[in-house]
Amino acid sequence: MNADTTAPDKLSTLPWPMQLAVPVASLITFGTHLLIAQKAPPLETHSYMLLFWEILGVSIVLAIAQPFWPALRKWMRHIWPIFTAAILLLGVWDVITAGLHLLPLPYFPGPAAVLRSLISDRALLVDSTWHSLVLLLSGYTLGVIVGLISGVCIGWSSSVRYWGMPLLKVVGPIPATAWIPLAMVVAPSAIVSAAGLVALAVWFPVTMLTASGISNTRASYLDVARTLGAGRLYLIFRVAIPAAVPNIFIGLFMGLGASFLTLVVAESVGVKSGLGWYLSWAQGWAEYGKVFAALIIMAGFFSTVMTLLFKLRDRVLVWQKGVIKW
Amino acid sequence: MTNIVAASGVRVHEICKSFPVPDAPATSRLALGGISFSIGAGELVSLVGPSGCGKSTLLRLIAGLDVPDSGKLLVGNEKIAGPNAERGLVFQDPNLFPWLTVRRNIEAGLAARGVLREKRNEVDEFMRLVGLEAFANAYPHHLSGGMAQRVALARALINHPKVLLLDEPLGALDAFTRMRMQDEVLRLWENRRTTMLLVTHDIDEAIYMSHRILIMTPAPGRIDREIHIDLARSRDRTSESFLRFRSEILEHLHFAGNAADVSA
Repeated sequence: MNADTTAPDKLSTLPWPMQLAVPVASLITFGTHLLIAQKAPPLETHSYMLLFWEILGVSIVLAIAQPFWPALRKWMRHIWPIFTAAILLLGVWDVITAGLHLLPLPYFPGPAAVLRSLISDRALLVDSTWHSLVLLLSGYTLGVIVGLISGVCIGWSSSVRYWGMPLLKVVGPIPATAWIPLAMVVAPSAIVSAAGLVALAVWFPVTMLTASGISNTRASYLDVARTLGAGRLYLIFRVAIPAAVPNIFIGLFMGLGASFLTLVVAESVGVKSGLGWYLSWAQGWAEYGKVFAALIIMAGFFSTVMTLLFKLRDRVLVWQKGVIKW
Repeated sequence: MTNIVAASGVRVHEICKSFPVPDAPATSRLALGGISFSIGAGELVSLVGPSGCGKSTLLRLIAGLDVPDSGKLLVGNEKIAGPNAERGLVFQDPNLFPWLTVRRNIEAGLAARGVLREKRNEVDEFMRLVGLEAFANAYPHHLSGGMAQRVALARALINHPKVLLLDEPLGALDAFTRMRMQDEVLRLWENRRTTMLLVTHDIDEAIYMSHRILIMTPAPGRIDREIHIDLARSRDRTSESFLRFRSEILEHLHFAGNAADVSA
């Protein structure tokens, strides 16, 4: 506890409570689980126990290593409280489900059962994730490309806007999933129809936001560029589009959200692969451990994709954050 | 670093321009009612007058960004047919492209004409000319008002315009920065002898900088008076003759203001 008495810049170690938080939390959760496992009908808890041994081991090693590694210490200071809470939350989940049976089975299995499903079905889950990724990327890319083109045309040319805007306003708000009955008839295969639906879901927000960004380009930027001798191509690609990029990113984010939704629905009705399909398949067999496993994978998958888009935005819009580029 | 380019005179002949009144689309308001004047090649002329007298409208017409209803606009001997890199325009707001660094903003003058590749070596020269080498990679966001306006000047000048149109370029700056920038603009003029037309609210600025001052009156905008400033450079803002010009213009504008009130 002498950390409190030293000056902050000389503080070369985390305070004790923070060092011990994760090991203690995992011991609590783990201990609770052992109590539950004894009481309930025999549960296979081997992998769940293993997980906690790992967490315990790694957190102790990190606690020992952090005085010698400032970057690690900074990271731990940031992440440890939320990580501790997450572990305790696992314990609460365990108590509510497997321990006290407060939620009906088989719909709400405990964390140990979900982990078991996650491990036993790992090959299928990896395969499903891969298929979802391919479908998502192909549909999203297509939707973004078409959306950018139509958005720039509608935003720049008043005659395209006259004809295009009513179509956009009438057709755009229809949720992409509402087209499923038609898409299944028209498209040559379920995969193509699903990719098309994802593209459609992305196209609308990207077009809308790109068009409004382009048409709201400050007139004085265009005036300046004209007096510098700019032609139409320069005005579109070097003035209007860069000026619209903040707006375009809003469209990209909205489109990404819509594409996740459309992907999961399209996979569960037509396509015979992917996480959406896996989810409805597991539901069909009432294997709710697998349902939760798929949900966990989706959470990781979608949030990773979202994070990547944020990273891209931070790079592209570095000028907007007021950060000097070196 | 003298870098004299072929400057051109400007001739404005019987220019009329009206705008629709926003509340009553059928009617229109005459912004410029038959304005005529000319600027010699390499001359620095100021337009002074109350706001709403059509100064900026006139500048936009000469820049080619708007088209007059009637009258003739000539640069050298050529009719103005649209915006062109030969007529640079600098606004009160520097209007730097916020997504480009200082260096890229100055390059934009060349890039817009598609000659960046051949003329890239000139960029350093213009960065030095306006003293911004240290800020080459900064974004406009980080610049003070005076620095941003210097970038805007460099961006316009890198195209070697024959005429530089300045629409209250120093209007948003504080008094000290403004006086320093007036000297900078004069230095640029002495280096390059570009024809300059300066719109300003600031009478001191007009007397300090220009060869000639055109006083405009509103409704409809017309040139009311022309004053030659025959003071030697560099001018002393506190000298008796400077102050005489000042009171002469102030009296004139005051009188013009009263006349407008009576007619209104």
